[in-house]
Amino acid sequence: MSDLKRLALHDLHVALGGKMVPFAGYEMPVQYGLGVMKEHLHTRAAAGLFDVSHMGQVILRPKGSYQDTALAFEGLMPVDVLGVAEGRQRYGLFTDQAGGILDDLMFANRGDHLFVVVNAACKEADVAHMQAHLSDTTEVIAVTDRALLALQGPQAEAALARIVPSVAAMRFMDVAQLPSGYGELWISRSGYTGEDGFEISVPEAGAGALARALLDMAEVEAIGLGARDSLRLEAGLCLYGHDIDTTTSPVEAGLTWAIQKARRAGGAREGGFPGAARILRELAEGPARLRVGLRPEGRAPMREGTELFTHDGTALGQVTSGGFGPSVEAPIAMGYVPHGQAEIGTTLQGEVRGKRLPVTVAAMPFQPTTYKR
Amino acid sequence: MKYTKEHEWLRVEGELVVVGITQHAAEALGDVVFVELPEPETQVAAGDEVCVIESVKAASDILAPVDGEIVEVNEALSDNPGLVNEDPTGTAWFFKMKIDDLAVLNDFMDEDEYNELIG
Repeated sequence: MSDLKRLALHDLHVALGGKMVPFAGYEMPVQYGLGVMKEHLHTRAAAGLFDVSHMGQVILRPKGSYQDTALAFEGLMPVDVLGVAEGRQRYGLFTDQAGGILDDLMFANRGDHLFVVVNAACKEADVAHMQAHLSDTTEVIAVTDRALLALQGPQAEAALARIVPSVAAMRFMDVAQLPSGYGELWISRSGYTGEDGFEISVPEAGAGALARALLDMAEVEAIGLGARDSLRLEAGLCLYGHDIDTTTSPVEAGLTWAIQKARRAGGAREGGFPGAARILRELAEGPARLRVGLRPEGRAPMREGTELFTHDGTALGQVTSGGFGPSVEAPIAMGYVPHGQAEIGTTLQGEVRGKRLPVTVAAMPFQPTTYKR
Repeated sequence: MKYTKEHEWLRVEGELVVVGITQHAAEALGDVVFVELPEPETQVAAGDEVCVIESVKAASDILAPVDGEIVEVNEALSDNPGLVNEDPTGTAWFFKMKIDDLAVLNDFMDEDEYNELIG
């Protein structure tokens, strides 16, 4: 794994018994001693600590006014950036001229600048993309000296509040910059598991001690990428490069909730983002295909790449993420099917090892979310 | 007990050979969530893919270790695939085979040789 980058907390993962695998150019812990199933269930029952330092952290610092930077950022996404209040975070996605998705991300209004978190595999391209389009108004600064931890689960608040008591007052998608013994923490009340929890950006110099302090708490266990994937799948959340990419539009992906009124037809700042013609048309007329939740009958998982068919054998599309949901105790999946087959309750067939097995279009999330709104 | 390079164990039970996967294999697979068993009374050849094991990570096959007839399968694994992790060398056997000559088992590894393989 010599070409792979190492996380700042690499030695801690190894000491904790993490099984390291290549992911997005990094050596990442896929699981620890508990194993994927127990790590998943522990996160839903108590609190799980994830190292997501491979993700890209970026500051957008206005050269002029904050408003100019926010408006320029809106030029890259079908998202209302200007309407995000100070101290709040929002989900966003970069689109391309064809209306496909270049990446999905989180961004926060931190008063005089924006803070952005992007996917690891896309981060270099994203920074270049932002530099190419925002440089008139904005300095694009990749933050490379900070780790990113996620603490997720019903006991995440109690655990983190022992270190920074004021997090207890934060609501879902609030952000705060808080002093601590580990350096200034950039905390958001969010995550990617469907659970209440926090993402914590911490200076690399303090990251190991912070992780240790959290892991020393009875309710906190280290959780690997394997459980991160099953948790986000149960929560119905997209994984970039699998469920969404440049071949899928935000409307096809069912991410219309991320396109606020201000950017839609008739809105205050209608259009003006890459791929607007297609995306606004799909919002008005409906997309040709849609991302749907899928519940295979029986216990056999339908994994990514499983072909989907109607009962009379018409090919429909593919599963884009699939596996076993430890909390729902059944196989679950998501994939794309034509609009006419996307209604909840529609029975389709998925081909597993040459056999066509029944699978039903189902509502997502598969597991109720517990965000602290 | 005998062992294959594919991390299966073979145990003689009367005239039959009982087949399962080793502790080492079960740990490497991770939590098993689904097991697809063959039909009893199936003739198989050595190397045939006869079972599918799905773990939280991936699908893998169990191969028939020798030529013969599958005479019994462990239905308990269909209802409780997690048994494979809990008791891989005991209650989580996969199938029982009838073979012509039990002497072919001498070609497989004994426990010391298998432990050397997995190092």
